[in-house]
Amino acid sequence: MNNKGVDKSKRQFLTSALTVVGAVGTGYIAVPFLAQMQPSVKAKAAGAPVEVDISKMEPGQLLRVAWRGKPVWILNRTPDVIATLGTLDTELRDPASEESVQPASAKNPLRSLKPELFVAVGICTHLGCSPTFRPEIAPADLGEKWKGGFFCPCHGSWFDLAGRVYRGVPAPTNLEIPPYRYVSDTQLVIGELAKEASA
Amino acid sequence: MKPSRLTLCGNWFLDRFPMAKVWNEHMTHYYAPKNFNTWYFFGSLALLVLVIQIVTGILLTMNYKPDAKLAFDSVEYIMREVPWGWLVRYMHSTGASAFFIVVYLHMFRGLMYGSFKHPRELIWIFGMCIFVALMAEAFMGYLLPWGQMSYWGAQVIISLFSAIPVIGDDLSLWIRGDYVVSDATLNRFFAFHVIAVPLALVMLVFLHIVALHEVGSNNPDGVEIKKIKDAKGVPLDGIAFHPYYTVKDIVGVAVFLIFFSTVIFYMPEMNGFFLEHANFIPADPMKTPEHIAPVWYFTPFYAILRAIPDKFAGVIAMFGAIIVLFMLPWLDRGPVKSIRYRGGIYKKALVLFVISFLVLGYLGTQPATPAAVIIARIFTAIYFGFFLLMPIYTRWEITKPVPVRVASQAGMKECVAELKQAFDEITTVVTPATGSNGQAGSKRGLSIKGIVNVITRFAKKLKASLD
Repeated sequence: MNNKGVDKSKRQFLTSALTVVGAVGTGYIAVPFLAQMQPSVKAKAAGAPVEVDISKMEPGQLLRVAWRGKPVWILNRTPDVIATLGTLDTELRDPASEESVQPASAKNPLRSLKPELFVAVGICTHLGCSPTFRPEIAPADLGEKWKGGFFCPCHGSWFDLAGRVYRGVPAPTNLEIPPYRYVSDTQLVIGELAKEASA
Repeated sequence: MKPSRLTLCGNWFLDRFPMAKVWNEHMTHYYAPKNFNTWYFFGSLALLVLVIQIVTGILLTMNYKPDAKLAFDSVEYIMREVPWGWLVRYMHSTGASAFFIVVYLHMFRGLMYGSFKHPRELIWIFGMCIFVALMAEAFMGYLLPWGQMSYWGAQVIISLFSAIPVIGDDLSLWIRGDYVVSDATLNRFFAFHVIAVPLALVMLVFLHIVALHEVGSNNPDGVEIKKIKDAKGVPLDGIAFHPYYTVKDIVGVAVFLIFFSTVIFYMPEMNGFFLEHANFIPADPMKTPEHIAPVWYFTPFYAILRAIPDKFAGVIAMFGAIIVLFMLPWLDRGPVKSIRYRGGIYKKALVLFVISFLVLGYLGTQPATPAAVIIARIFTAIYFGFFLLMPIYTRWEITKPVPVRVASQAGMKECVAELKQAFDEITTVVTPATGSNGQAGSKRGLSIKGIVNVITRFAKKLKASLD
């Protein structure tokens, strides 16, 4: 029997050691518990590229396709629209797309690989609603200043037909342009960059 | 006489489990102030709604399918083909709104009578945690029917987290479990809605009540009844919770159930406020409804979000509007608890706060037109002003003397007499010159002077009560 009394420092050491080991163990088990809420392999695989046939698109027509579960818009822009887009810079927040998400090959004023064909993810950069396509000029509900574009009904953000955001609306950046490439003149692949561009 | 078999069984149980002790401590020997008024119904009603939600929720899970392909149809199946399924589902959907009505009134009671103040700060904190858990529960439950509003509402709210710098995008991806709101999101929200959050809620309610019974209930006079006790240690102004308040609360339950059943049976959608119209269309990830708004109980906070022109600042303001409530016990420097004895400045501030909460709630249901945004900004400023200026204006308060014991208040009898007097004053007896059939008939007519008198008296009283 020990009759020198209790050695508190040993007890303290054991308590601290157990606490540390327990904390490390909790940390280790927290990783799989939290990580299992990450997107599954299947969800990641669903991000596979989508092929789109654009041979039958009329001028001014908008095509919606699903890519990664999101709406992707393909818009055939008329020369009139392209001419209007050149005049809007002063009303836009990020006309040169410095702060916006797009492949380098689409970082140009018209935000596309070919001027007439515009491809964008149809999700507002504010809080993720899908804006409505409003190509008409100065409709009654949007007023005189509307030059045709995308209007987000949720919180009233304005985008032009190159997906560029106007000033003074809640959305912070331009619409996202997904990676895409032309297989041929009538065939697009969304979700993949052209070989030389991705390199 | 030999004790009966039942008594013996009862004793066997009581010897092994402290049920009698718990019962006494929290029911028959828990002394609540004798002057509780109508505002004190809402705590027990919240408990009732929690039970309704758990029972109906369990029944709903028996037929609901947490699968993006099946969810919408399974809800319609419950509504049309499951026996009494419509009733259970409407009880659950109405219960969600009822929960918030009851909880908002319960919280307002706290603001009025200073129930959050020393020594009840921890009760308030637990209560606020319940409120936050309730909002999470309601938000995740709203995704489950997988309608258009479910889908896009969840999309918008989860996107709020992506506004947080650096970790935002990864965080919202982790919450969704996919790049968009999808089957994975629905499934995990189901898990949170039926297991995780209800467990947390029940535990928090337990803590809320334990903390309450430790310090004792506040009352409309804000007097600490434990300060004056009789020889047995029973507060002089206290009465046993059971049977006095259990019986009183049953009256509250009956009245509540009248309103609750009226909604369930006659207006379960409440004109789009309890169940939004767009939610009767299955979720379509390709198309956002023309006008999206959250369910009514989130609209004040949603209006604050939209009032701020910057994305991140808007999110901060929205969460700030809730966080600031947690800090209330330390923001209020007024020495008096109850509004009956507080200074006019707090009364006026509270009125302004209630108005701003209601206006923001209304604006949150409306489209964000430029005029609406400006009004929302003004009322957002008032909302935050109420809390953030509180340390300053509560110091200026000129309070009235607080009585030592709880005061007696005008009861039903006095109110009826007062009403009758007012009625006599605004109406004058008109006696026709001669009764046509010889009978002495008299008619009552309106007296303009009397009306003016009653209104001025009422206005003077109102002004006096606000000073």
